[in-house]
Amino acid sequence: MNAHTDNIAQYNFAYLDEQTKRMIRRAILKAIAIPGYQVPFASREMPMPYGWGTGGVQVTASVIGTDDVLKVIDQGADDTTNAVSIRAFFQKVANVEVTTHTADATIIQTRHRIPEEPLNAGQVLVYQVPIPEPLRFLEPRETETRKMHALEEYGLMHVKLYEDIAQHGHIATTFAYPVKVEGRYVMDPSPTPKFDNPKMHMSKALQLFGAGREKRIYAVPPYTRVESLDFEDHPFEVQTFDEPCALCGGTDVYLDEVVLDDRGGRMFVCSDTDNCEARRAEGHRGHLSGEEAAT
Amino acid sequence: MTLDSIAIEGGFQNPVFDAQTIFRAVMQAMAEPGTIHKGIALAKPPAPLTPEAAAVALALCDQDTPIWLDPALAGDEAVRAWLAFHTGAPLANTPADAHFILAADPEHLIGLENFAQGSQEYPDRSATLVLQVNDLSGGEELVLDGPGIENEARLAPRPMPRHFTRQWAQNHARFPRGIDLILVSREGLAALPRSTRITSQEA
Ligand SMILES: [Zn+2]
Repeated sequence: MNAHTDNIAQYNFAYLDEQTKRMIRRAILKAIAIPGYQVPFASREMPMPYGWGTGGVQVTASVIGTDDVLKVIDQGADDTTNAVSIRAFFQKVANVEVTTHTADATIIQTRHRIPEEPLNAGQVLVYQVPIPEPLRFLEPRETETRKMHALEEYGLMHVKLYEDIAQHGHIATTFAYPVKVEGRYVMDPSPTPKFDNPKMHMSKALQLFGAGREKRIYAVPPYTRVESLDFEDHPFEVQTFDEPCALCGGTDVYLDEVVLDDRGGRMFVCSDTDNCEARRAEGHRGHLSGEEAAT
Repeated sequence: MTLDSIAIEGGFQNPVFDAQTIFRAVMQAMAEPGTIHKGIALAKPPAPLTPEAAAVALALCDQDTPIWLDPALAGDEAVRAWLAFHTGAPLANTPADAHFILAADPEHLIGLENFAQGSQEYPDRSATLVLQVNDLSGGEELVLDGPGIENEARLAPRPMPRHFTRQWAQNHARFPRGIDLILVSREGLAALPRSTRITSQEA
């Protein structure tokens, strides 16, 4: 044992005790074997509030090793309070290397976004999930939703989506848009924008989902079919944006609206800050990039 | 060496880090069925329990996971004592009660349907079979398809349980119920989750 690992072994590596990690690891293996099925687990108290993604943190803590390189994003950004805190937590309790570069990370913990850069084989994407049950708003009772999954009774979900169409002329759901995994389980993709749903389909990376308060872990293995629920006459449509990123000129990326002043000035910029910076480093420019650089 | 001293020797050198690397190997094997993960951390159990199977048991089993041993392992007092000391896992009264099955003699293994399959509501309440095989590439080739496999994967473990292809087809047909399989050999480890289909077997 070298000095590096010796030092970490003074307290619980990655915060959780070994028995808890084993329990979570067994749940992760079951989740991978049954893609899209929510495995119950005995969620632990973590030194942060539930809204901070304790489910994702527990999954990451159970998977991470000293050789890993961790990236944490919140709404696509590496520098928000939540992302910075979780990254600092793992630097302290697991002494791992951290990065903001998607391609350099072995584990990426995320809230609300999937990186724009396609993920690679061997990478693990860990989602923080608030409400893992996609049928919960239709049926509050756990015994009933469990039965619905067991019998593949997903008619109510389709009725709900079709009500959207009747009311709005299209499916209005834009976040946590339900998906079907490998033709079997209907799954909540976490509160990511539906823009990101296609990235889950046949991803080369392993996707793990942790819900702390609701005590559920689920997974999508690499190269697994993930289809957004839709109808023949109203097929799933990826969101599009009217203008490119104001900083890097990127199209086909998810944009956030940023208010510039109190006179109604605003711009649209990449939600994925790492991708935006990489594009600008490559020389791509948006229509406000000059102005942005001057301030 | 007395039985007691055999039992307390041979655990992981670095329990925390070795358990993590073994788990990661099993996780990747389960996520990409048919891939072989080499160079895993090893334990030093008494034979006929192998270092690879013992390592998987140390990484995943504890007092919450009853283990069932096939007769080749159950008949060896040193193996039972070693597992009890290092994992704390109780032995299951019947195969159906076990969370993990450790088997050293694949050819004489009882049918897979004897192990916990989980329920339709809780398919995770099922057994994981850890099968000791001689190698992963010298047997009859299994062509695999399913989640985690981009095009197709191939694995040729031997020896395997009797009528394995047919048994596995039945196991897969029970999806989402069914058992998951971890194959261990000196070559490394590989896994077949219940979601994996065997599309053909070459003679
Ligand atoms: Zn941009």
